Amino acid sequence: MDTFNLIFNEVYKILFLLIPVLVSVAMIVWLDRRVWAFVQKRQGPNVVGPFGLLQSLADALKYIFKEIIIPASSNKIIFILAPIITMTLALIAWAVIPFGENQVLANINVGILYIFAVSSLGVYGIIMGGWASNSKYPFLGAIRSAAQMVSYEVSIGIIIINVLLCVGSLNLSDIVMAQQNMWFVIPLFPMFVIFFISSLAETNRPPFDLPEAEAELVAGYQTEYSGMMYAMFWLGEYANILLMCALGSILFLGGWLSPIDLYPFNLIPGVFWLIFKILFLFILFALVKAVVPRYRYDQLMRLGWKIFLPLSLTYVILTASYLFYFNLLPTI
Amino acid sequence: MKLTRFFKTVFMVDFVTGLFIGLKEIFKSKKTINYPFEKGKISPRYRGEHALRRYPNGEERCIACKLCEAVCPAQAITIESTERSDGSRKTTRYDIDMMKCIYCGLCEESCPVDAIVQGPNFEFSTETREELYYTKEKLLDNGDRWENILAANIKSDNPYR
Repeated sequence: MDTFNLIFNEVYKILFLLIPVLVSVAMIVWLDRRVWAFVQKRQGPNVVGPFGLLQSLADALKYIFKEIIIPASSNKIIFILAPIITMTLALIAWAVIPFGENQVLANINVGILYIFAVSSLGVYGIIMGGWASNSKYPFLGAIRSAAQMVSYEVSIGIIIINVLLCVGSLNLSDIVMAQQNMWFVIPLFPMFVIFFISSLAETNRPPFDLPEAEAELVAGYQTEYSGMMYAMFWLGEYANILLMCALGSILFLGGWLSPIDLYPFNLIPGVFWLIFKILFLFILFALVKAVVPRYRYDQLMRLGWKIFLPLSLTYVILTASYLFYFNLLPTI
Repeated sequence: MKLTRFFKTVFMVDFVTGLFIGLKEIFKSKKTINYPFEKGKISPRYRGEHALRRYPNGEERCIACKLCEAVCPAQAITIESTERSDGSRKTTRYDIDMMKCIYCGLCEESCPVDAIVQGPNFEFSTETREELYYTKEKLLDNGDRWENILAANIKSDNPYR
């Protein structure tokens, strides 16, 4: 009975996290399209529900009732597995995101490593999808995506080292608590900018959406997918974007902490501050999508390896020397 | 020159400017209309769905001269006619295949009595192909329904015809 209770408790907690995440993914798709439309002076989706808020629900319903077409020459098991892996990996990373003090599903001490490992695994979903389709555009898209995600993962890793140097812990809650006096966005502002741009590349967002560059690759690795499997790729992608926004706000914008520790501000629960910060970052994501043109592939690689990597490495050395010289290294 | 370019790159001046332009555009008025709920203005010469008009006393205008059938580049119009008991020539059949029609407006232009016209309606999509084979009844019905607008359109376009 005890084990049953425990399992029930855990499932309850997981659902309590999972359902809001999935709902907010749907909302964020709507927000993305809306912001995009507004920048281009269009109306955007505004028919389904108030302000079109239920548009994603309608889309999801449409995808569910659509036929799933599996290409005859594809590797069927891997073909079906790919979107499942993408979505699962995008969702399980949420387990360690803290929404407030002690409001975290799994308060593990290597939280940031866990997120990093899971987001690296995310490449597999895309590679598998591209390869199993047995078609040229998905294959090229998958190769591009893999190369791009691997190269930007490197600079993200080094940027995270910057933050960890200031914190002295891999636990995400500790990282947030270390920002009580000053958000890391202030001392590490260049790193924040590089992190933001790298997370655009990491999630295949414009201007780095080369894996799905419709002018060259039809839809990249998603070309052969249809129906619910396509919707799962799409869900996973947006869940990943949301995750990167959450990570950005935890690492640099002080997570659930309120900007000023004063009377009217600290009444608002921490969750809302985190949501505000995620929304702020996401609107930036959406604005960037609307504003900039797509990078060329060699420019993308040059930016990742020749600019971001040396810059972030230099900044690691700078941060470390500064902390060491002024004896500010966190005690472990 | 090179130095300014360096600073522009490092501080991403162009990108930030673009971002602020994008932000500004968000608050400007929208250039698109909310289509099914509001519609754009249509010219009186708009070549939409066909209609066969009647005289005010209810008599059909069409005299079965078959000029429209002859001029139709898509050969979408089929006309058959007989002599009526009062000696006038009238159509017994006036079909337009709306899927063949290219909406060029030549039928309207060729008509000596303003019987066949193209109205302002462009929302006549159907779920089956059969519904798009317009018969004489359908066209006359269209004419009755849109007569006010059709008459006003022909009147306003009159000086240019």
